[in-house]
Amino acid sequence: MTWRVLVPLAVFVVLAVALAVGLTLRPREIPSALIGKMAPTFDLAPVKGRATGLSSDDLRAGTPTLVNVFASWCIPCREEHPLLMDLARTGRVLIVGINQRDEPEAAERWLAAFGDPYSRTGADRDGRVSIEWGVYGVPETFVVDGRGCIQYKHISVLTRDVLEREILPRLRGERQVRCDG
Amino acid sequence: MARLLAAILLAWLITAGSVAAQADRPLADPTAEHRALALHKELRCLVCQNQAINDSNAELARQLRQIVRERIAAGDSDEKVRRYVVDRYGDWVLMRPPFKWSTALLWLSPALLFALVVAIAIVQVRRKRGTRAEPPLSTEEQRKLDALLSSDDRVRP
Amino acid sequence: MIPELGHFSVILALVVAIVQGTFPLVGTSRRVPSWTAVAQPAALAQAALLAFSFACLTYVYVTSDFSVLNVWQNSHTEKPLLYKISGVWGNHEGSLLLWVLILALFGAAVAGFGRNIPPVLRARVIAVQGLVAVGFLGLLVFMSNPFERVVPAPLEGNGLNPLLQDPGLAFHPPFLYLGYVGFSIAFSFAIAALIDGRVDAAWARWVRPWTLAAWTFLTIGIALGSWWAYYELGWGGWWFWDPVENASFMPWLAGTALLHSAIVVERRDTLKAWTVLLAILTFSLSLLGTFIVRSGVLNSVHAFATDPSRGVFILAFLVIAIGGALTLYASRAAKLAPGGLFAPISREGTLVLNNLLLMAATGTVLLGTMYPLFLDAVTGEKVTVGPPFFNSTFAPLMAPLVILMTIGPMLPWKRGDLSGALARLKFAALLAAITAALTLYVTAGIPPLAVGGIALGTWVVGGALADVAERWGVGRVQWRDVVARAVNTPRAALGAAIAHAGVGVLILGITGSLAWETERLEAMKPGQSVEFAGYTAVFDGARPARGPNYDAIRGTFRIYQDNALIAVMEPETRRFANPPMATTEAAIRPRFGGDIYIAMGESTGDGGFAARLYRKPMIHWIWSGALIMVLGGLLSLSDRRHRVGAPARRAAAAALAPAE
Repeated sequence: MTWRVLVPLAVFVVLAVALAVGLTLRPREIPSALIGKMAPTFDLAPVKGRATGLSSDDLRAGTPTLVNVFASWCIPCREEHPLLMDLARTGRVLIVGINQRDEPEAAERWLAAFGDPYSRTGADRDGRVSIEWGVYGVPETFVVDGRGCIQYKHISVLTRDVLEREILPRLRGERQVRCDG
Repeated sequence: MARLLAAILLAWLITAGSVAAQADRPLADPTAEHRALALHKELRCLVCQNQAINDSNAELARQLRQIVRERIAAGDSDEKVRRYVVDRYGDWVLMRPPFKWSTALLWLSPALLFALVVAIAIVQVRRKRGTRAEPPLSTEEQRKLDALLSSDDRVRP
Repeated sequence: MIPELGHFSVILALVVAIVQGTFPLVGTSRRVPSWTAVAQPAALAQAALLAFSFACLTYVYVTSDFSVLNVWQNSHTEKPLLYKISGVWGNHEGSLLLWVLILALFGAAVAGFGRNIPPVLRARVIAVQGLVAVGFLGLLVFMSNPFERVVPAPLEGNGLNPLLQDPGLAFHPPFLYLGYVGFSIAFSFAIAALIDGRVDAAWARWVRPWTLAAWTFLTIGIALGSWWAYYELGWGGWWFWDPVENASFMPWLAGTALLHSAIVVERRDTLKAWTVLLAILTFSLSLLGTFIVRSGVLNSVHAFATDPSRGVFILAFLVIAIGGALTLYASRAAKLAPGGLFAPISREGTLVLNNLLLMAATGTVLLGTMYPLFLDAVTGEKVTVGPPFFNSTFAPLMAPLVILMTIGPMLPWKRGDLSGALARLKFAALLAAITAALTLYVTAGIPPLAVGGIALGTWVVGGALADVAERWGVGRVQWRDVVARAVNTPRAALGAAIAHAGVGVLILGITGSLAWETERLEAMKPGQSVEFAGYTAVFDGARPARGPNYDAIRGTFRIYQDNALIAVMEPETRRFANPPMATTEAAIRPRFGGDIYIAMGESTGDGGFAARLYRKPMIHWIWSGALIMVLGGLLSLSDRRHRVGAPARRAAAAALAPAE
């Protein structure tokens, strides 16, 4: 028996291991290209009926901020919303919202119905600012440090587990990524 | 369950509603539009499963198509347009993976496989050259062949 | 009651499969004839049980019995009857049932018709088929029961994905599965031969027709899928190098290699270990495809709704089946005595080289398909390997193969002389050169690669013609003798030449449609006209329309050529309510100079619509090429020397029966 007859088996073993690892991965979640980069420059008017809009300067004011991208037409947003409300009630976290591609009335009604955890909101009517942020699905949530550097992005619905494990430590300034922007 | 369905339907209707404002607006200059179309085929749609933005009805794909046109109209080179999208969404959006150390194996594999084919062929030829050209069937072989073929009477030897 | 009977029948089939997979193997190795004899009745019983079960599932779909979860999730009362039936295999559970049914039918075909196969070999083949069935029936029974009930039964179903409500796609999966699963026979023969430790010309003669049948079905399945993509996805594309497409293409490439190496085993009693390996690899790639489609490890447009636990199960099965087979191969391959020698320049020589090139191409597709997964697993980096990669790597590997596939048939077995073969191909070479020159003359500025593609395609078609002319003695003997020779030409040889010509036509179609395509994207308002590819398209506006289960916006385009109206085309965008989804229905008008293809997009809000207008010359050559390949395969199958192939075709007819 020569080593050559073992080649197919060896190739298959490598393939099988990769497939096994592959089962634990989530191919649909694309990591953000903006981690460790400065948040994009933008300036958005507030959602209808609110006073304070959102711009990139607000994210550079020294306080770490949670940036949540939401929309009234986004069903999963309703699922994570109570969590954001709880977080806002603690008063220890600054949460701002980017309202993506929404009708002004619909967004206003939605915030009235489900509560408003955001200290600032920006109405991204045409979705262009979201693209600047590399958003591809709603909801998405970013952690931005006090200097305006993007530290972390979570795709899809926030869970308490993700909040405790990934987000809160970063808002407290632990596990920082160096920013090169 | 019915409520969930209704909600999904509603969500879809609202999404569809905002879609109308975002239809493709092709560039007036045919050469520029041609460049845009070529780029649309090279950029991957993020919300779809595995399609280029050229091949998708998704809102984000439509919007990116329009952004590509805007960048071209603003005078960007193809490379700069690609860079623009990659800066925001990462290498993942490129249908043609960039050549770097992590994709070297991928890009080199066809050449390596072809080299392997050539190597095997050369080894085989060398080995064959060592032995003389095969003599005609030996009586033993002929007997075996006949036995095999006779099991199938309708075959001509 | 009917669903429960169907479910019970599947469970019974699992029990039978376990018996079928074990008793004959023990019986043949311990020489217990009564155990060996279990094989045939078990294979037949399994096929009957699964056919019954499949009929039950079809019945609940046709009667829209929404108390069955699977029907509720995938069907709807408003759906046309054809799609109620095709809905049976338009989902994971039902398609899995179809998969095992076809597997069982192939097993039954070996049991019922393989009378000239030695009993021991036949019993082992059937047993291996049984073992494969155990894996899939296990998945079906324990994790994917298509007969599961919902309490209380809903009044209406969720409907089928509208993209799948299409005749092309209704029959795409059954043919694909006939191909995938058909290769299981070659696999089982390979395993049986390894257990036996013997591969000879007779073995190859039994394997060939099954492989050819499976290859023919797979060709039909892939062609149907790509045709569907062309007219239904609405973007004018027909092949996207999507993981799921690749999953069907890899077994096709490996199966093509197997088809050819089996000829060498049959005719020259050599290349045995390689052929056995190819038989294992071909079916392994089919199994891998099943895993890719059903586990969700790769992003794909076509994948089924996924469930990680199923992925684990299929992977475990893959490891047992493929790992086991390759281990057996590693331990036994050396025993397969190498056979006759041959010179590098000989028919065997070119076949070996073609085999290697086909496997290199398969390897490239495999690596390209799996690379995003590998990289994610190793470094966490996400990349996309899309059509540009495959197009630029696959074609260069295929080019030498295509040149060789014409030279090979001109060479005699054992040792040949290249100049003699090339002399007989003068005609083909001349034809290729003239066509290439003509192409350059007609289309200034055509990319050199396209000229190369045209030359290659013509070379293959010309070579196939030369092959037939050679056999018939055209130009060498009297015309009367030519006719006599033509009548006596073995169908297998003629089939091979036709299939090769099909490849040539396919290459011409691919090259021509890419090189001469005209694409125009325009935002059009009613009354506006646009010029493209020598046509003038006038947009008359769009109006709402209603289909059986959708609402549509239907646009009207008048197409003029030289001021004469040549066509009125009505593309649609459709909105389905169940499930809520929008599709683009392109309007396609085949013309001599190529298809006119119009797809209408969304409204621009000011009465206008985004429209895509294409002229796609030679696009139909792609599917014509595939069809010619299929005809070649069928003709070859009808050869008397392949007569054990007949059952495969009958099995196919039986497999399709419930669908009609």
